[in-house]
Amino acid sequence: MSDTAAGLLQVGLLVLLLAAAYRPFGGYMARVYSSEKDNRVEKVTYKLLGVDSKADQTWAVYARSVLAFSAVGVILLYLLQRFQAQLPLSLGLPNVEQGSAFNTAASFVSNTNWQGYVPEVTMGHLVQFAGLAVQNFVSAAVGIVVAIALIRGFSRSKTDRLGNFWVDLIRTVLRVLLPIAVVGTLVLVAMGVVQNFSGMHEVTTVAGQTQNIPGGPVASQEIIKELGTNGGGFYNANSAHPFENPNPLSDIFEIFLLLVIPVCLTRTFGVMVKDKKQGYAILGAMGTIWALFTFSATFFENQGAGTAARAAGAAMEGKETRFGEWASALFATSTTGTSTGAVNSMHDSYTALGGGTALFHMMLGEVTPGGTGSGLYGMLVLAVLAVFVAGLMVGRTPEYLRKKITAREMKLVSLYILTTPAIVLIGTAIAMGLETARASILNTGGPHGFSEVLYAFTSAGNNNGSAFAGISANTLFYNTALGLAMLLGRFVPMMLVLALAGSFAKQQPVPVTQGTLPTHKALFVTMLVGVVLIVTGLTYFPAITLGPLAEGL
Amino acid sequence: MASTRRGALGQLAVGVRAMIVLTVLVGVLYPLVMTGVSQVLFNDNANGSMFQVDGKDAGSDLIGQAYTRDTGQKDADGNAIMEADPKWFQTRPSAVDYDAGASSGSNLGPNNADLLALVEERKKAVAALEQVDESQVPADAVTASASGLDPHISPEYAALQVNRIARERNLSVDQVKQLVEDNTQGRTLGFLGEPRVNVVTLNRDLAELN
Repeated sequence: MSDTAAGLLQVGLLVLLLAAAYRPFGGYMARVYSSEKDNRVEKVTYKLLGVDSKADQTWAVYARSVLAFSAVGVILLYLLQRFQAQLPLSLGLPNVEQGSAFNTAASFVSNTNWQGYVPEVTMGHLVQFAGLAVQNFVSAAVGIVVAIALIRGFSRSKTDRLGNFWVDLIRTVLRVLLPIAVVGTLVLVAMGVVQNFSGMHEVTTVAGQTQNIPGGPVASQEIIKELGTNGGGFYNANSAHPFENPNPLSDIFEIFLLLVIPVCLTRTFGVMVKDKKQGYAILGAMGTIWALFTFSATFFENQGAGTAARAAGAAMEGKETRFGEWASALFATSTTGTSTGAVNSMHDSYTALGGGTALFHMMLGEVTPGGTGSGLYGMLVLAVLAVFVAGLMVGRTPEYLRKKITAREMKLVSLYILTTPAIVLIGTAIAMGLETARASILNTGGPHGFSEVLYAFTSAGNNNGSAFAGISANTLFYNTALGLAMLLGRFVPMMLVLALAGSFAKQQPVPVTQGTLPTHKALFVTMLVGVVLIVTGLTYFPAITLGPLAEGL
Repeated sequence: MASTRRGALGQLAVGVRAMIVLTVLVGVLYPLVMTGVSQVLFNDNANGSMFQVDGKDAGSDLIGQAYTRDTGQKDADGNAIMEADPKWFQTRPSAVDYDAGASSGSNLGPNNADLLALVEERKKAVAALEQVDESQVPADAVTASASGLDPHISPEYAALQVNRIARERNLSVDQVKQLVEDNTQGRTLGFLGEPRVNVVTLNRDLAELN
């Protein structure tokens, strides 16, 4: 079989798997968040938490719960790292240094999983499974529940109540994430991923050298790392490490996992607003852009441009033999489109335009299909913008899902759209202006170095977590700056989304008339794709020009 | 009721309790149970697919190893300079010299001058070792993998090494070819990933042959 045919079949299988999961899983999640009943475990949990599961919250209280829970998460994870040497299973590693501990805590709580540290020599097993992996579950859950709150904003009317954060959180962990993680862990171990509590194991190789083979509860963390669009590797090489991702089958399974919740949430959305076609339209826009970027990245990597890649004969630097160009590019597009940030190949060594494609994909704001929950609410905000733009063209008061888009809603949407680019571009500008920050660049003397810095802030601000990993980011400046970028990039947009949800929920739905713009048809999907590409494209174009475009053209 | 009226402090208290409950559940019970079940059901995989030589662990089927020997010379930092040991099938270059305690790629960009120099140097070395023209050296032989621990090479690179291995080890070319074939995997299901040869298991089998 030719490389191209095999590669296309690989993409086809992925799409087929997602299509098979779409209805049952999306519908299941809709039932989880609509159900009035608590099961026995949940009842006990609510009693322990001191929460009344029947008490719905206003958007402001819901938002306060999100912030309180996340703040506790940051502090706990910080302390766990700072005292790891005094705790069991540290593997003899010292306490994590302050700046790195803050950065990592901010990173995992904000669902970014940017890693400025080298896991093998920084994090003991306890921090990994009782700290980082816990945030892999709950930060993913926080993203999902905020999206659910926004859906309720559309589906409810004349109320100031959006649901109960604690109930939504516990249900997400117990009914959605944990069951899949349990089954998925065993699937991964069956494929060859390790799951033990050993430390380094010294062996003498057949050629007579010594080699230290690492251990760890990897599969149980790998599964939630992908499923929760987190992306923080148990090992430094992330999903390129043979113990995290041993073969092409585990590879396609991991890509499926990191896409499945964001994709199926569009179904959940369709079911909950009682118009499944609206879900298809949102998915259509996400899928169109994802496909576009997948084929661009694959094309550029197969072209293998660049002096070093040409000399080698192919762009295989930073790629694993078992994956090659196709499976690497497919992973890269899916990870940068979902805010996951796991990598099965090193993006820094990608061709200028292939790496640029991954960078630009993140800049779209992680909506294709985006992180768990954050992808859906991001795309819904853009859908509101698209409706507004269309409304301006025909001179009508715009409405989406029978809710009017007034000045208040547009203010929130505008702030949402401006937040992340402001964080990314201001952060990059400051870093490029500081000599100490410029010193962290690996590929100096050309536009590629600028791309490393731009990629770092884009990754942090959009909560992706992948890197042009050549940059030495474990410094005081980057630990602090990127830590702040991740927290602001996560929680400011979330607050705006919840405010938007609150303001939609209060409205009385307007009747659908002849003049209402249908938001489930191809015309609207096209408009939405246009808005996504143009709004972000124009924002970042000058920066992209200075980096990947200058290098690749 | 309570949870709606609570102020910021009250929410923090619930947050602390929630973090504790969830940490016990998904941070302690979940990994412990999963490890226990994995150890019973898939013991070999869960422990790293290790293989033994003379009864002792000698590596993992999944983690690449270096097949080099000491040249006796030292570099500027006083580290021993290693060269390819012609008795073994060679793996890809590694940014971490196959140190499984610190996986990493080189992260050098596609137009990086250092990388270009490295690639050209490696190409020359491989061509000399295999006594072939530089144009015959495949890309995976001169590029470092993402993990630095890639156990695989392309079938093309393996084929390039067959004659040398047969010569060095006094084996017939057919014998070595057969061994390579035994350690070659096609695309999974015919279309997933890339065809590849596992050098770790190949060299292990080679050692057993002599």
